[in-house]
Parts: sequence; structure tokens; C-alpha cells
Amino acid sequence: MGGWQAIDRKTVPANGMGPGISDASKEKIRSFFPRYPSKRAVMLPALHIAQDELGYVSLTAMRQIAELLELPPAAVMDVVTFYTAFWTHPKGEKQLMLCRSLTCELLGADKLRERIEQKLGIKDHQTTKDGKFSFMIEECLAACDHGPCLMVNEKMHKCVTPEKLDQILNDPHSDRLDQPRSDLYDAPVHNRQHHHH
Amino acid sequence: MAYEKVLLKNAGKPNSRSIDVYRSGGGYEGLERALKMSPAELIELVKQANLRGRGGAGFPAGMKWSFLPPNREVTYLCINADESEPPTFSNRVLIDEDPHQIIEGTIIAGYATKTTVAYIYMRGEYCEQFHTLQKAVDEAYAAGYLGKNIRGSGWSMEMYLHRGAGAYVCGEETGLIESLEGKRGWPRIKPPFPAVEGAFRKPTVVNNVETVACLPHILTRGLDWWKSVGPAHSLGPKLFCISGAVNKPGCYEAPCTITVRELIYSPEFGGGMRNGKKCKAVFPGGLSMGVLRGDTFPKRPAGEAIDHRKDYDELDCIMDFEDIKKYDLLGLGTAAAVVVSEDDDIRDVLVNNCRFYAHESCGQCTQCREGTAWMYKVAKRIQAGAGRIYDLDLIEEMTLNMGMMPGMSICGLPDGAAWPIRTLVQKFRKEFEAHIRAQKPQAAQEFIKRVNPAAYDLPILQGRANAATGGTFSFDHYVGTQK
Ligand SMILES: Cc1cc2nc3c(=O)[nH]c(=O)nc-3n(C[C@H](O)[C@H](O)[C@H](O)COP(=O)(O)O)c2cc1C
Ligand code: SF4
Ligand code: FES
Repeated sequence: MGGWQAIDRKTVPANGMGPGISDASKEKIRSFFPRYPSKRAVMLPALHIAQDELGYVSLTAMRQIAELLELPPAAVMDVVTFYTAFWTHPKGEKQLMLCRSLTCELLGADKLRERIEQKLGIKDHQTTKDGKFSFMIEECLAACDHGPCLMVNEKMHKCVTPEKLDQILNDPHSDRLDQPRSDLYDAPVHNRQHHHH
Repeated sequence: MAYEKVLLKNAGKPNSRSIDVYRSGGGYEGLERALKMSPAELIELVKQANLRGRGGAGFPAGMKWSFLPPNREVTYLCINADESEPPTFSNRVLIDEDPHQIIEGTIIAGYATKTTVAYIYMRGEYCEQFHTLQKAVDEAYAAGYLGKNIRGSGWSMEMYLHRGAGAYVCGEETGLIESLEGKRGWPRIKPPFPAVEGAFRKPTVVNNVETVACLPHILTRGLDWWKSVGPAHSLGPKLFCISGAVNKPGCYEAPCTITVRELIYSPEFGGGMRNGKKCKAVFPGGLSMGVLRGDTFPKRPAGEAIDHRKDYDELDCIMDFEDIKKYDLLGLGTAAAVVVSEDDDIRDVLVNNCRFYAHESCGQCTQCREGTAWMYKVAKRIQAGAGRIYDLDLIEEMTLNMGMMPGMSICGLPDGAAWPIRTLVQKFRKEFEAHIRAQKPQAAQEFIKRVNPAAYDLPILQGRANAATGGTFSFDHYVGTQK
């Protein structure tokens, strides 16, 4: 597996400031205020909601969140860039997250990485041209009993073999959960076509 | 004697996540009992049980709670469900199988510590688990176990789930607190400890999911039962994870009397090695605790004392908070074992370890940030077939110069990096040396010529470490390549 490489998750998108979040999302973010003694603590919920609405956290969204939480925009950017979950430019409809930590690697994760790279023509933290997939390689996903494992959006796929991987990539419902969801961290509306199953 | 499962007793039952199934098996009775006691009595009970934290450090929970200042109006309780230590998944199994056990335990811990708000900090990648636990929290609110005047006790506590966004260091208790406050997860300098000044600058307790999951059982089954499980310094039921080259990877419950060998080979646990291979190495407590030699090594002769410097099979190590230290391990950690088979290359294992810590270091402390990245580079070089015997000494020296133990860092991450990396290099030195000796004599120089020589910090490397180890390295190697 490669060493350090520049990743495209944090670069500023070509569309400048990008779209903003809706009033409904702002209202939802405000609904978190009573849970914490400071407004700033709503940062992670707010970023999750913004990313759910827009598919990424745009510069406009960062400014809006800064305003809601009464912080300078740099404080929001500071947090966005620290955590691996947030994207600052559009990602694909489905985010593939492959574990590379010890158990999964011993059980063949690197072969899956090669296959994903070859099938989709993208490397770590890149997005396919058609906007369908983004690929992330992450550390242990706490599913080592089912390694090697691959998450597609919220769905954890266990004991993934190369054949299973092909099925997952072809299955339009590969991110469908077979259990009820909580919409607590969801945006009330979505700008993009993506939706939860 | 067959061991009766406690923490996993509902696992696999149909609908085990629902409050009805939980209550039908005696769930929330521990809480009812706790509410009849005073918080001080409850702390005393947990102190007597010597319930040691399950999150990694093994600190006694009752003692931690008693550090809270006596006159306080607000207390926060943070339940640590960040679970990012490879290869640990026991908290996940608890959430998947029995979420109400965690909620009940959290409420009991909250009552003992007079908590006003409890936050369950879950790693961002726990998606299915978030939905499961949120549903259980909603059920607990509806049943009157959370909110105002809980079960008529006059005590009120709110519980909120807080989702992280992908960072190992947010599992460190003050990193968790910073993250909860809406900042990057940079651990804080201690003191002040969270009990005095934690979340939102108020007294705060951070406990692991499994730690609080033990509480209902201490209350319902009593202190005598608790003390009958496991050795005196490691009381109570414990979850053990096993993954890697075994037949039955999974999360298993047992007292802290099982050995690593049983965990791997017993049909009740790991079910033996895959494809009948031998075991080369095991990280028994999560990566950060260090590595044990497997049964590819000869058995220690009967009567000879344990000596971690000798190349013997170490699988008889007992998985408790103390015995494990005899093998030069940092502690029990998360009690999650990953098994490396005889077919795996130890150089790959080293690179995987080094990469993890280099990736997860938050970057505040120089020794941790630079040290983990440096070790990763050296490990990559060894893996690429351009290592030198001297690199093994170099890695060893680096591990001794980072972390909280020599007082060089804010949090324990670099100690957790130093242990597996140092023990790997020390315990598997012969294998590393064999690989290096099999290289072409000029391999290292050629490799350095190919890449940027400045990447290797040559002057420091040549100086202190060389003197410290008696010198398997000669500066001559570099003269031609630095131009
Ligand atoms: C780098 C680092 C990562 C940690 N990650 C976790 C974690 O994911 N979960 C956890 O419970 N404790 C973790 N800990 C330990 C916590 O700091 C803390 O000791 C623990 O949550 C306390 O709970 P306990 O006393 O109930 O074990 C981590 C510590 C360090 C230094
Ligand atoms: S020791 Fe490492 S992870 Fe911990 S605070 Fe310092 S730089 Fe960050
Ligand atoms: S090592 Fe891959 S999920 Fe833990």
C-alpha cells in the first residue's frame, strides 16, 4: 500500500463558495442547542447535517454554521479539516470505506484495494467521473471479526471477497440498511439526488 | 465449570435490542436497586468491587468517581464508545446485541456521580450502532428511566448520543472532551484531570461502554458473585475479541483467567488456527499493548522463569490486568487479540503498525508527531528490502524517546505506539535480521539514492543512536549518497 499522498478531500471546489444549507437544516441545527451548555458543541452535529444535505461541507455551509454557532469561520474550517469524515468538495453518491488495519490487511484488504482501484479507476480519496463512487481507505472500523470489511455509506459489508466486492459494486442497494434508522443526524432536505434507504 | 455468560447473556436472543426483552431478563432491576441507595453508598460498592476500567488503562471506576469535587452543581458523564483501537469490537457487540444494558449502566454511573447530562460519544463510523442505540435511548426515555425525576427518585439526568467524525485520538478522554465541545480532538495537558475540570470546564467522568455495562450485574448479583469471577486484581466478567488467522473470530466473554492459547485454540473461543497453520505472533490487548511470540517458537523449558528477552512461545500469558505485564506488555488494553500466522511477513506487520500511529497522531507533541512518522519511514524502508541491521536499533531507540512514560507527550498515544513497535523489533529481531541479511549488500544505499536522502534525518541518526547501541552502523555508508 502507498505511503503518504496528497488527498483531494480537503481542496476547495472549483465552484467557489458552493451551495448553502437550507433554512430547515439551520432550524434542525438550532434544535441541538438545548443539549449542550455551549453553542460550539453543536459543531459536529451541524457538520454532519450539512454534509448530509449537500453531500459535502461547502465554504458557504461553513460560514453559515459559524454564524449559527457564533464563531469565526476559521473555527469551523479548523474542525472540518481535522476529522476524516468531512469533505470540502462534492463526493460520490456512494462512499466506499475500506479498512486497512492489521486484521483486515492480514485477511486480504490490500487485494480489495487493488480491485477497487482497477474496477473504478480511482485511488484513495478520489471520486469516479460519473459521481457514483468515492473511495476512502480508513483505519480499523471495529468489525475485525468480519474482516476484511468495506462500508458503503452506512452499510457494513462483512468478510468481503473479490467476488462479493463485484456484487457490491453492481448492487444499486448496496447501502441499504436492514434495520430502522434514526433521522437525528440527517438533514431535513437533500440538495442532491442521494437519499437514505 | 462452565462459565455463565453475563454481559453477553442476551446476545443472539430474538429481539434482544428491545426494552421488553431486556426487562424480561431482569433488565433495569439493577437501576431500581441503585436508586434505593445513596450515591455515596453506590460509589463505595463499586470501589469494593474494584471494577477496573475496560477502556484500556484499567483504572478503578469507583476511585475515579471519588475524585469528583464534593460540592458541585453540574457533573457530566461521557461514555466512551469511540472504540478505534485495532482490532477491538467488543463495544460494538454490546451495542448491537444489548443496547439497554449500556443505557442502564450509564444511568447507574450517572446516579453515583450525580450527573446532570450524560453524553455517549460514538465513533462516526458506527452508523448501524447509532441507529440501534438511539432507538434504545428513545425507549428508555418513554419508560421513565431518563429525563426528569427518574423513577420518582427526585434525580434527573438527560442522555444524548454524540457522533464523532473519524479520529482515533478522540478516544483519549480529554481528546473526547475537546471533540465534544466542538473542537479538533486534541488531548489536553493534565492536570487538571477531567474529574475536576472536564467537559465545558465542569467536573466530568469518562468511562468506557463495557465498564458501565458491568454495573447492573454488580447490583443484581451482588458483590460476592462479582468477587468470585476472576483473580483479585482483575475481577468480574470480561469481553475478549479475537480476530485474524483463526477459525472463529469473534467477541467472547470469560473471566480474566483464560490464556492467550485458550483464546486461540479452544473450541469455545477462537477455534484454532485457520488451515492448521502455526501462530507466529499475537497482539493480545489491541495493538497498543505490544506483541507476544506465538507457537512457531519453542516452548519455555519447565521450571524456567518467564523472560521476555528469550525466544520462547509466550501463549501461556493470562489475559488479566497484571500477568500480561510479565511479558513486557503495557497492560490488558482492550483485550482484543489479533493473530498473525506463520505465513505472514513480520515486516508487513511492522509497517501496518507504524502506519496506524503515524496516521493517527494528532500532531500536537513533537516526539509523537515526528517519531511515529519517522518510524513509519524506517519500517517502509525495511519492507522495501533496503533495511539495515542498524535500523532495528534505531527504531528501538525512537520508541524509548516518545510517550508519556519518558514525559514527552500530552497523551498516551505514543506509548501505545512504542510498545507494539518496540516489542515487534525486539521479539522478532532474528526474523528481521534474516530478511536484512538476505538483501544485496548495497540495497540500502541504492534505495536511498533512488529517493530523497534528506528524508532520513541523517545527522541525528548517525549521532545518538549509534553511540547508544554500540554501532552496527557506519557513517561511511552515507558519504557517497548525500551529494
Ligand atoms: C490514544 C488513546 C485512545 C483511546 N481510545 C479509547 C477508546 O476508543 N475507547 C475507550 O473507552 N478508551 C479509550 N482510551 C482510554 C481513555 O483515555 C480512558 O482511559 C477511558 O475511556 C476511561 O474509561 P474506563 O476507565 O472505563 O476504562 C484511549 C486512550 C488513548 C491514550
Ligand atoms: S501524544 Fe501524540 S496524539 Fe497525544 S496529544 Fe501529543 S501529538 Fe497528539
Ligand atoms: S482491522 Fe479492519 S475492522 Fe478492525
